[in-house]
Amino acid sequence: MDPTTQIDRLESAARHDAKPLIEARGVAKIYTVGEQTVRALDGVSLSIHLGEFVAIMGPSGSGKSTMMNLIGALDVPTTGAMVLDGRDVATLDSDALANLRNRTIGFVFQQFNLLPRTTALRQVMLPLLYAHPRPPDAEAMARHRLEQVGLKDRMDHVPSQLSGGQQQRVAIARALVNNPKLLLADEPTGALDSKTSEEIMALFCTLNTEGITVVVVTHEPDVAEYAKRRVLFRDGHVVEDVSQAGYMGRAAE
Amino acid sequence: MNVFDSLGIALTALRANTLRSILTTLGIIIGVASVIVMVAVGTGARSEVDRQIASLGSNMLVVFPGSTRVGGRAGGAGTRLPLSERDMQALRESIPGVVAVSGLLQGSGPVIYGNANWTTSLMGIHDQFNEVRDWQVVEGREFTANEVKTAARVALVGKTVVDKIFNGGDPIGATIRVLNVPFQVVGVLDSKGQNSFGRDQDDVVMLPMSAARGRIVGRSRLVNDNVGNIHVKFDASTDLSEAQEQIETLLRQRRKIKAGAEDDFNVRNLSEFMRARTSALTTMGWLLAATSAISLIVGGIGIMNIMLVSVTERTREIGLRMAVGGRRRDILMQFLVEAVALCLLGGLIGVSIGVATAAGVALSAQWPIVIAPNAIMMALGAAALTGVVFGFFPARRAAHLNPIDALRTE
Repeated sequence: MDPTTQIDRLESAARHDAKPLIEARGVAKIYTVGEQTVRALDGVSLSIHLGEFVAIMGPSGSGKSTMMNLIGALDVPTTGAMVLDGRDVATLDSDALANLRNRTIGFVFQQFNLLPRTTALRQVMLPLLYAHPRPPDAEAMARHRLEQVGLKDRMDHVPSQLSGGQQQRVAIARALVNNPKLLLADEPTGALDSKTSEEIMALFCTLNTEGITVVVVTHEPDVAEYAKRRVLFRDGHVVEDVSQAGYMGRAAE
Repeated sequence: MNVFDSLGIALTALRANTLRSILTTLGIIIGVASVIVMVAVGTGARSEVDRQIASLGSNMLVVFPGSTRVGGRAGGAGTRLPLSERDMQALRESIPGVVAVSGLLQGSGPVIYGNANWTTSLMGIHDQFNEVRDWQVVEGREFTANEVKTAARVALVGKTVVDKIFNGGDPIGATIRVLNVPFQVVGVLDSKGQNSFGRDQDDVVMLPMSAARGRIVGRSRLVNDNVGNIHVKFDASTDLSEAQEQIETLLRQRRKIKAGAEDDFNVRNLSEFMRARTSALTTMGWLLAATSAISLIVGGIGIMNIMLVSVTERTREIGLRMAVGGRRRDILMQFLVEAVALCLLGGLIGVSIGVATAAGVALSAQWPIVIAPNAIMMALGAAALTGVVFGFFPARRAAHLNPIDALRTE
């Protein structure tokens, strides 16, 4: 038996033993634009377990961005159940959703979304300012994460003094600072050159091996190659959901 | 996120647009500065009026002789029947609550000491004048009743006269010539400064009534014991308007004025008169208050405008803050704090400008000002309130942004 398939089997078994980190059951999201109704998601069921590295793919208009918003607790489904870390988002008010995002999810965006005129250290501390209770060692936590992404010497730099790749590393450190279970990245390499993209994706792989769940939303097949599971969306449905070797597997080749 | 975090973010944001922030707060600056100037000048004016009232003497009524009216043309005060020693005596004896009484004849003339001469105002007074007007003698002594009765050649001199003709020497016991008659200086008067019309009250020589009569003003054809005006001081418990009526009744009887005929004298409460003059100042104060209220409102609208711009500019930032766990109330607080900080910044600049302006007014117009700390607190409070009121709508708009749309904004 092929060793990678074996690993997949093992993972698949682990998947079904524990409660999933993300569980969508018959989720639909319907927008009304003028007189037209748009079914951005049309009955999607999807489970993602702790420790997975999933790439969500699909052309624009496929529903992948809508799915990302639901996974990120930025939105709630029109119908169906969306359970994040054991909690049905339909039962949560806006404060509880904010709290869930703060503690469970780390966001990484295509445009980095760093605050202007703010040092890397303070960027990374930002989620801790919104945490309840606020950790007393916020600065130490932020320093640790910046070291982890290789920006030990850039703590006091503002975004305009950093390269694109460095800015995205700051954003990743910010996403990690509150020890989330899920790292949710939206086209994380979209604004980077290919070499830097590879570095960033390699960083995601390293983080994943350290136990964090990674979900990357992308339309680039190259980026999706790093993931261990690939979910393809089209017209609001999941049309393909396959396990693959992932970056580590490829590196072993 | 607490208020201090919000304040830190607010100050960073304001520093990023320093010029814009200051221009935005112009309305607040003007509003607060005018509050400060208004209160400083208004309070100063009131304290000046109080000082002047005190310098007139408290609990005092003044009786002025009336004027003649010949063929429709009114003569000046005193052209009709003057007030006499006997009128004064009657007041002292018949009106309850009288503490002290003095006549006052006023004129002017040259005063000579050695080879120095100075033209000053001359007053003929009774021995109780100093008490009536709360105008003490700081060196030497007041006139005695006997000196007034015997027309003694003694004089009290004001500070300005001392400076002008004694040239630093000791005036007590010196003999000065007033209208070419020698008088011995027995006392120097306390300094009273300018009166409400700007006249130097210390530029004066006082003589006993009996010695002054016929010298500084001509002797009356009608009475030979003219006392000019009569100043009457009452004890603190006396109702001055009641006393005024009693004086009027008494003098009408004494001067045989028929029922229905006009008084040929006037009884005035000078303190009331002074207070009435402050009503003009009060009106001006209200005008300034209205100006500052309007400019605070206009300034507040400016703040609201720039905060709406700021919310629009920073939509992505708001989206990000929401994505990393910022609750609506955190976002609301952040923008509210920013609006208040902006207003307080304007308030502080306004206070500085207001204090500087008030000090400038004080210097250039010789106008007393009082800068009260609670006026500054009040002005800053008004500025902060403006920030809360006009910052709320933009802050609420920021707090109710949809995080997805906010993150997607370019």
